[in-house]
Amino acid sequence: MFSIEFLLNALVAGILLGGFYAAMSAGLSLSFGLLDVVNIAHPAFIIFGSYLTYYVNEHFGFDPILAGLVFAVPSYFLGVAVYKIYYNSFEKTGAESLRGLVFFFGLFFLIEVILIITYGVDYRLVRAFYIGKSTSIGSVGIAYRLFVPFLVGGILAAVLYLFLTKTFFGRAIMGVAQDSLAVQLMGVDPIRIKTVAFGIGIATAVIAGSLLIIIGPVEPTIGREYIGRVFAVTVLGGLGSMTGTLVGGLILGVAESFTSSFFGPSWALAVSFGILLICLAVRPSGLFGR
Amino acid sequence: MSKERKLFLIVAAVLIVGAFLITTQMENRFYYKAAYVVLQYVVLATAWNILGGYTGYVNFGTAGFFAMGAYTAVALIKTWKPPLYLLLVMGGLVSGLLGLGIGYLTLRLKGVFFSIATLALAVVLQMLISNWSYVGGGAGTAILKPRSVPLFSNYDEFLFFVMASIAVVSVAVAWLIEKSWIGRGMAAIRDNEEAAECMGVPILKLKLFATTVSGALMGIAGAPFSYFVVYIEPTSAFHLDYAVNSLAMPMIGGTTTWMGPLVGAVLVGTAQQIATVTLSSEMNLLIVGSLLVGFVVFAPDGLVGLFGKIRSRLAGREA
Repeated sequence: MFSIEFLLNALVAGILLGGFYAAMSAGLSLSFGLLDVVNIAHPAFIIFGSYLTYYVNEHFGFDPILAGLVFAVPSYFLGVAVYKIYYNSFEKTGAESLRGLVFFFGLFFLIEVILIITYGVDYRLVRAFYIGKSTSIGSVGIAYRLFVPFLVGGILAAVLYLFLTKTFFGRAIMGVAQDSLAVQLMGVDPIRIKTVAFGIGIATAVIAGSLLIIIGPVEPTIGREYIGRVFAVTVLGGLGSMTGTLVGGLILGVAESFTSSFFGPSWALAVSFGILLICLAVRPSGLFGR
Repeated sequence: MSKERKLFLIVAAVLIVGAFLITTQMENRFYYKAAYVVLQYVVLATAWNILGGYTGYVNFGTAGFFAMGAYTAVALIKTWKPPLYLLLVMGGLVSGLLGLGIGYLTLRLKGVFFSIATLALAVVLQMLISNWSYVGGGAGTAILKPRSVPLFSNYDEFLFFVMASIAVVSVAVAWLIEKSWIGRGMAAIRDNEEAAECMGVPILKLKLFATTVSGALMGIAGAPFSYFVVYIEPTSAFHLDYAVNSLAMPMIGGTTTWMGPLVGAVLVGTAQQIATVTLSSEMNLLIVGSLLVGFVVFAPDGLVGLFGKIRSRLAGREA
């Protein structure tokens, strides 16, 4: 009924997509997975990154990935500012569960509306020499617009993994996740660590945004579709595990690719929510849970 | 029946009669349409607050419950065109059952996971409705309003009256819940679920009650929607605005009392109607978003809380 080539193509497309999903979710895995900051606005920051990339690509011909990397720096400070507001208004008073969640939801909505007001609801895309080209191994086609984000996403996850396990700051972040009080007793300020971690999370979101607009055209409200995806990957992989995030991304990518190949693209969105619900019901700690 | 309760019921009855009397006097159809939207938000915000404000479970899927009410009505209208009150009952029933189902999710899902599940529910329902051609599918379908209705000079006035009645009833429901042991139990769940359970509060029953009532009210608010817009399609019925507004209004008004969502919905809803006409619909969303973020950060108890603070400060000065 379905040929081997058809299945292989779906599999490869899914793996490529999965690498990108891992890049999208890495920042959330850091802020939500490790530090319990319910940043539901994460996808909105990704779309924000896409539009920054679009802007410099359209006007100055910047390469999208280079743009993403450059914008990651100011975005880090944006993340720091957002976390400071969040901490002072909610976490300090213990009101994060209800109002903190609403705060991020409001932020999500605000970013979306501001993008709509500035750029309208039309789809935007970027130009780069590798977009639109593809290569093939045997009968399996590999589109560069999927391969490049896959590659960058993989590198991003690897860098974050090394950062968390090998550097002082990374280990401090893991320490805060495990036992915030113990870290404090060692003379490290957990709030400062969380601020840095959240900033890094937003910086990776902006890089992921530059990858998103390479994969396909972007419009402001597209972020909603990614809320389920990023949370599904983060939870499936096990909160806070970079290896888990990579594996979770690949699983979601392949599952979505097969679903859209067999049942049509309109059902792909249900996959992430399905995985999320099953995972929460069966194994809430995820595949690589701590 | 206590004196307070009697007074409340009398006020409610007076408001419903008042809404009817208005329709015999005023003619301008635009005002009815605008008032309908504001009243619809009074219902949605009050319903959201029963689960979100009283019990502490944040629902991002208001649009799903609302649209299920609307599409239940559409399916019924397509089959045998029952009278409006039956549409309200059925819309409330379907969304109420949906709420009951979501209620069982609270057994395993807390905090952000519950919220994402409600959002997921709305997305999945929208997908199902978009693929169901009987109710119009993704392209939508036109619904014919009944030509005339007894006692009212046109159908828009009738719909306004219906929505006003629903709004009064839902605020009354919220008030009754708040003043009874059920409301106190819900507040205990919101403040500390485990402690509440230890003290013997029937937390599962109360949570199921909250999700069911909240869902049913949203469904009832959605049931007349297709008659109101005349052309219904999934994107507008499942619009994220419903989720954002029904959450922003109680947050702006204040979440712990029945008055909060009412004040928030009337003020923000009216401001939105004015902003949509004078500015643009995007600007009005920007205003709502900024107000929402501003209020959760700077005035966590909403307008009602602010008034309370000012009043107690004035009282303190006099003393």
